[in-house]
Amino acid sequence: MSAETVEKAIEIKPAEGFLSKRRKRLITDPLIDENPITVQVLGICSSLAVTTQMKPTLVMAISVIFVVALSNYVISLMRNTIPGRVRIIVQLAVVATLVTIVSEILKAFSYDMYKELSVFIGLIITNCIVMGRLEAFAMGNKPYDSMLDGLGSALGYSWIILTVAFFRELWGSGSVFGIRVFDYVSKLFGEDFHLATNGLMVTPVGAFIILGLIVWVQRTKTGYVEQ
Amino acid sequence: MDLINLGIRSIFIDNMIFAYFLGMCSFLAVSKKVTTALGLGVAVIFVLAVTTPVNWLLNEYVLKEGALSWISASLTTIDLSFLRFIMFIAIIAGITQLVEMIVEKFAPALYGQLGIFLPLIAVNCAILGGSLFMAQRDYTLAESAVYGFGSGAGFCLAIVALAAIREKLKYSHVPNGLKGLGITMLLTGLMGIAFMSFMGIDL
Repeated sequence: MSAETVEKAIEIKPAEGFLSKRRKRLITDPLIDENPITVQVLGICSSLAVTTQMKPTLVMAISVIFVVALSNYVISLMRNTIPGRVRIIVQLAVVATLVTIVSEILKAFSYDMYKELSVFIGLIITNCIVMGRLEAFAMGNKPYDSMLDGLGSALGYSWIILTVAFFRELWGSGSVFGIRVFDYVSKLFGEDFHLATNGLMVTPVGAFIILGLIVWVQRTKTGYVEQ
Repeated sequence: MDLINLGIRSIFIDNMIFAYFLGMCSFLAVSKKVTTALGLGVAVIFVLAVTTPVNWLLNEYVLKEGALSWISASLTTIDLSFLRFIMFIAIIAGITQLVEMIVEKFAPALYGQLGIFLPLIAVNCAILGGSLFMAQRDYTLAESAVYGFGSGAGFCLAIVALAAIREKLKYSHVPNGLKGLGITMLLTGLMGIAFMSFMGIDL
């Protein structure tokens, strides 16, 4: 064996950067082009119900980010030891544990919010984004990459539900984060002027229609067409 | 009478889809044809009607504060309700597996139609949602059975209706960006308005 080949064999691949280009793409792709809600049609389930106001939606978004990123990380650590036949149960157990942690934290530090979100925190377990990312990514990739992927998907999901919540709260209750925007604007136009709120936006129907319109705008911009 | 009232409420007013957005994923994914939609709908009714009462028993005799007192009086102070999520989802996953095996053994024809949907159902939000609402609202055993069946029937009604509309929609001209998900969301919104007219029904 010549000295040349030995040298080649022991040449170590340089460690990948903490946030290399490939890893950045794991986070940025799901924001627009591969958005879990508008493109992959995942996870529309439970959380839309809390989008009547911005504040609970923000708490919901943070909880989802926490659960998706960490469950991806944990499952990815265990991916080689989970038998294929029972993987769904194992995944559900990990996710349910993380959701229980979130729920207990909320119960301890923000009881009002816990009451307001009620069953919908529990329903993060069955949010399709969580299971979808576990199946599609975490079962076949390294832990750190999986965590970034989960983070990206959850962020892509969060900005959509926050946008829905923004319009629903603005048009439905005339406020943003509880600040009465409509009252301030009405005052600018004099005593008798009142901006009317739209009651339909507070009902679930408002969420469906706003989400439908967001999907339309988003898909027109990216040029994605479902056959 | 109260039970009938609850059943009607859970089908039309507190509809899983139009009031709580539960089960949206399969609602959107499996609503392209009426026959498959009906298959999924029936499977959901079945699983919800079984899991909700079973979870009620679990909640009442194991998880609730003081629920363990039937074993011995010293256990009355134990509150296991923080285990609710993990126990409910375990029961649901187990029962769907069981239902799948039973149906496969005794009704192969039905299995052929429902088979592919049963594993999907374990992670359907509507099933877990049914159990969590049952626990939150303190239903009795009979009420939880009726509620489980009713909310399943509501889901089935919604998904079959949407599938019927989407079959017709194939012949219409939809703008490119609105195809698929977009138009389906708008349709669901319009159907939601129709369902709002049931509000206030009280037997």
